[in-house]
Amino acid sequence: MAMSEAARPEIRTRQEMVALNEQQNILARRERRMRTVLPLAAFAIVLVAWEGLVRYYDIPAYLIPTPSRVVAAMFENWPQLLSALWFTVKLTLISLLLATVGGVLLGSVFALSRLVEATFFPFAVVLQVTPIIAIAPLILVYVSNTFAALLICAWIVAFFPILSNTVIGLRSADHNLRDLFKLYRANRWQMLRFLLVPSALPYFLAGLRIAGGLALIGAVVAEFVAGTSGRNTGLASRIIEATYRNEIPLSFAALFLVSAFGITIFLVTSALSRRLLGKWHESEVRREV
Amino acid sequence: MTRTSEVQTADRPRPAPAAPGAAASPLIRIEHVHKQFQNGTVAVRDMSLDIGEGQFVSFLGPSGCGKSTALRMIAGLLSVSAGRITVDGHAPGEGDSSQNIGFVFQDATLMPWTTVFDNVYLPLRLAGVSVEAARPRIGEALSMVGLASFADAYPRELSGGMKMRVSIARAMVTRPRLLLMDEPFAALDEMTRAKLNDDVLRLWQEFGLTVIFVTHSVYESVYLSNRVVVMAARPGRVVADIPITAPYPRRQDLRNSAAYSESCAVVSEALKATLGDVDGHE
Repeated sequence: MAMSEAARPEIRTRQEMVALNEQQNILARRERRMRTVLPLAAFAIVLVAWEGLVRYYDIPAYLIPTPSRVVAAMFENWPQLLSALWFTVKLTLISLLLATVGGVLLGSVFALSRLVEATFFPFAVVLQVTPIIAIAPLILVYVSNTFAALLICAWIVAFFPILSNTVIGLRSADHNLRDLFKLYRANRWQMLRFLLVPSALPYFLAGLRIAGGLALIGAVVAEFVAGTSGRNTGLASRIIEATYRNEIPLSFAALFLVSAFGITIFLVTSALSRRLLGKWHESEVRREV
Repeated sequence: MTRTSEVQTADRPRPAPAAPGAAASPLIRIEHVHKQFQNGTVAVRDMSLDIGEGQFVSFLGPSGCGKSTALRMIAGLLSVSAGRITVDGHAPGEGDSSQNIGFVFQDATLMPWTTVFDNVYLPLRLAGVSVEAARPRIGEALSMVGLASFADAYPRELSGGMKMRVSIARAMVTRPRLLLMDEPFAALDEMTRAKLNDDVLRLWQEFGLTVIFVTHSVYESVYLSNRVVVMAARPGRVVADIPITAPYPRRQDLRNSAAYSESCAVVSEALKATLGDVDGHE
């Protein structure tokens, strides 16, 4: 704002500079704290209101359980929930890893050759646009190992954003920088290492953030389709099972764990992005106001 | 000097340029070069030009006159459609070293993801020079442009003028013989531009560079160069080759001298004639 710019006091001495820096650091720290505190406070208020309203209107737990009942159900069923959580975590992370490897490899091939891209990109689009819930039953029929079948479902969903973002990223390198590398006769490896990979990184990380959430969705959807067959299954099966038995607090507890895991994926991929891009990319650099 | 006879001159013939340092065998030889793009545009038509070692040549003309295209062909970044360009006896991009040419783009064209140091290191890194061996040369190149203390800064932390200085340091780090500059200061404010002009002149003199400087500013071209090549558009071609005889070192007060005004008038007139050509008067 031009107004505050004009009103800002002139800095004459080094001490004043240090004082100003200190003041700005305090403000920055306060803002960072608020960014954590405010959402948590809002969440707490919602929980309290939920608890209060359910108690006030005396809503039965099989319709809407209070948060305290959900927490209690979580503790009662903790060993069972923990093994289910571990199953879902494993499924999601392995499918995300495979989607990353596959997406980056295929994306690199696509970026190198427009012909290959034109030939195979439609297949990737078909995989992307066909709802996973519609293919999952078939995959479960064809693949006898349930874990492998679930993995394939989650992979299909997570794969596409990484693929398409990698292709766009690798193609987004600045043309003048390309010319500069050409002028200095960079070989293919140098071109990849010093120009294409750094240029593609912001796009790839954006793809990874989307894929992380999608891998979890894919894992949960596939499990819903697979049903509750077998003891060693994930959180989605627990939710279905608990709902069938009318143990609504338990299904809320499992649901809460799914959400918590999704949030964790989001936080980790965001932190990764901030760490890798924070110093230079516009999306992560904090701007002065 | 016979080079003016090789180029098309404007309606009146110019005296041959008395360029200092021009050797008998020119550093750059451009012979009947055509460039036609795939969409049919003739960017350069029958361009012939010799540029001697140590010259400071400006390519001046309206947009679309092929001045940047010519520069990119000299750098080997674009191929020629017909004719021949040699730089020090080799086709562009085919000499024994990739280190002889420095190129400065209109934008600073820095890698945003890494530091000033790494940006300046790039040409040496691509040539396989280790970072230890490169460090003193990088320091030297940054000192040349007055940015020695900014080695660890990221490009986004720098002003437009400072970024351009980094870009010049990067071009100079290989100690090139030939410095190609493609409208390097067009996006900068007048003050910064005047300062950078003086920096380029200083580097040119200190290192005995040959500079080709693409610009659309009459004043910039006259202030900097000892030779102004005026080009016309549609199709791009050379229409005048004007020597600027004001002695070096040149300082800002040159801009107040009669000789400078006169050169500017001559160059402006040649440039005006190129604009007339657009209406069909050849």
